[in-house]
Amino acid sequence: MSGTRIGKVTFDLHLHRFLDERGAVVKKPLPPFAEDPSELLSMYRWMVLARVFDAKAVNLQKTGQLGTYPSVLGQEAVSVAIGSVMRSDDVFLLQYREGGALFMRGVPLQALFLFWGGDERGSAEIARHGNFPVCIPIATHALHAAGAAFAFKYRGESRIAVCALGDGATSEGDFYEALNWASVFLAPVVFVISNNQWAISVPRQKQTAAPTLAQKAVAFGMPCVRVDGNDIIAVRHILGEACAAARAGKGPVLVEAETYRLGDHTTADAGSAGRYRSVEEVSAATEREPIARLRAFLTSRGMLRGEDDAEICASIEAGVEAEKDAYLRIVKDAPRQCAAMFDHLYASLPPSVARQKAEFIREKGDAP
Amino acid sequence: MTGVPETDTVVGVLKQGERTKQRVPNERTILEAVRLALARVLEEDENVLLFGEDVGVNGGVFRVTEGLQKRFGERRVFDTPLAESMLIGTAVGMAAMGLRPVVEIQFMGFCPPALDQVLCHAARLRNRTEGVLSCPLVIRMPYGGGIHAPEHHSESTEALFAHLPGIRVVVPSSPKRAYGLLLAAVRDPDPVVFLEPKREYRSFFETVEDDGIALPLDTSFVLREGDALTLVSWGAMMRETLEAARVLETSEGRSADVVDVATLGPTFDFGTILRSVEKTGRCVIVHEATLTGGFGAEIAARLADEGLTSLQAPVKRVTAYDTVMPLPRMEHLQMPTAERVLNAARHVLSF
Ligand SMILES: Cc1ncc(C[n+]2csc(CCOP(=O)(O)OP(=O)(O)O)c2C)c(N)n1
Ligand SMILES: [Mg+2]
Repeated sequence: MSGTRIGKVTFDLHLHRFLDERGAVVKKPLPPFAEDPSELLSMYRWMVLARVFDAKAVNLQKTGQLGTYPSVLGQEAVSVAIGSVMRSDDVFLLQYREGGALFMRGVPLQALFLFWGGDERGSAEIARHGNFPVCIPIATHALHAAGAAFAFKYRGESRIAVCALGDGATSEGDFYEALNWASVFLAPVVFVISNNQWAISVPRQKQTAAPTLAQKAVAFGMPCVRVDGNDIIAVRHILGEACAAARAGKGPVLVEAETYRLGDHTTADAGSAGRYRSVEEVSAATEREPIARLRAFLTSRGMLRGEDDAEICASIEAGVEAEKDAYLRIVKDAPRQCAAMFDHLYASLPPSVARQKAEFIREKGDAP
Repeated sequence: MTGVPETDTVVGVLKQGERTKQRVPNERTILEAVRLALARVLEEDENVLLFGEDVGVNGGVFRVTEGLQKRFGERRVFDTPLAESMLIGTAVGMAAMGLRPVVEIQFMGFCPPALDQVLCHAARLRNRTEGVLSCPLVIRMPYGGGIHAPEHHSESTEALFAHLPGIRVVVPSSPKRAYGLLLAAVRDPDPVVFLEPKREYRSFFETVEDDGIALPLDTSFVLREGDALTLVSWGAMMRETLEAARVLETSEGRSADVVDVATLGPTFDFGTILRSVEKTGRCVIVHEATLTGGFGAEIAARLADEGLTSLQAPVKRVTAYDTVMPLPRMEHLQMPTAERVLNAARHVLSF
């Protein structure tokens, strides 16, 4: 074996982008949808909506009207791109920062408020719109995605599964096992990593020694792509291609979308900037955020005028406020029946649990 | 082994937002007592390593390990990639090779990926090698509900671990016991699952001296003495249990032995419970975990087996119901209350 050298294997995975940080076009031609003002404005609206929802949720938490909440600030483009490319009969499996995609899939804002407000009916509503529930045990849902996609293929359907996860999630064993399954069985699933550079306080560099997260797919013989996750045109374009490939029977794709978590990990992580990451890092990342970038592009193309923007933002603000009020009314006037906590454990209530439910009602009543 | 009698030494209660309330230097919360014990074991044994998700720079999501990386360096206190099977699996390897890993699992609800390593390896390594290899490792996890946390952050699944021969599950219920039992857990030659009652992390304080003196494992603590009945619990539920005992005594003149089991699993101290029940004839067991297959079932079964002739009433259990922990809006309905403990106590007293 003389002459054999063990060396470092390197990959040069190109980062796809169409728009630079100022919204200037850096690659041509743009994909067809990016020449269509109504398409772009629609995505712009959804991103603004996701952001306005986010700000309201953070504020509700501060006043004790919502539970712990994970902000999506700065990551709206990836989520909206997912929502843009998925069909309604596809299935979406998410971590917890996907308001944008969920709203686009028909989940009412009040349902997401309800879920983060600590009410199971919110979770049920999310599931009614072709989504798995918010998955808090990190990366465990990647396997569900592989399995769901397998089911579609088994039945010969043209549906696909899309699985969103974080950079931290790519360290869990379940992630690798999901990639492996999907690739071995050519399951129609697209894994989207929202690489926001942090897993709570652990920076991306400490999560893996691999230079990119996308390249992890190479070991499984799976195609992979890296894309600027703050450039909605690029991320939507790449995700569109990945979904088309999965739908065409070519198997799974791993997409790594580079973005940045501008907020704290959750509302329970207040003051993260300064504790484990620098204020400078966060403000530098603010310069690259996706909504300002698309706005700059739209403005430069004459697709969005200042007055129109103000009107869009105002009407979204009013709409979100109405959903917030609806949520608060549900909490106040139509809270969940207490004994509901027993009703969905099994398909039908077994006598042993029914006995406990009866005891519960005797002691506490069923009134919410 | 006899239960260690101990009076109620709580000297102060902290309300929300009172973390900085003026206290004399040695008055510590459970959270601070855990940190103190961790610093102590890091100080006394260079083989002790502390690692997990967010424990280093950030000092843990609850700030339990705050300052420890600064003090002991990144070599000994460090952040890891996000993977629980990895955390416990590597700790098994380290422990077998002479290190003393103290691993933090961020929340008990996130331990399941590592269950394989606990069940198939940590619990068995000594046995399968007839003692040639062993596994002196501590798995720290905050457990339990009552802090309005999101889904999977409020679990109390101690019975899953207590079922395993080769494992000890240690659950402190006060700052003193947190300090003393954690020292014992780290110094012990076998694996310990150390459950930290997160609802009580900062709720009260008492004097804890940093004297390096461990409390014994496999030993129950008698927190109150009485003669009318025996109340048995552990961890966070000691609050509801002690509260019920106080009410019984002040308003009904019935005094209870209150036993903090502290170590669960095959090595638990049944003797203290049995002796108490031989005196009182009545027993109520309180746990935050769900009813069926909870550790209370083990205690009740032992009482049926060894204490039948002393019992004057059925053994009652006050537990969570057999259902999934609800989201925060309804979690308080799932968790046992002092009132439910009182009702059960009255029931066995009037039997
Ligand atoms: C299995 C598991 N372990 C630990 C946690 C605690 N936890 C919640 S979020 C998180 C970091 C996740 O980071 P990443 O995947 O990058 O997602 P992000 O929060 O950045 O969107 C951790 C460690 C968890 N929820 N699940
Ligand atoms: Mg992340």
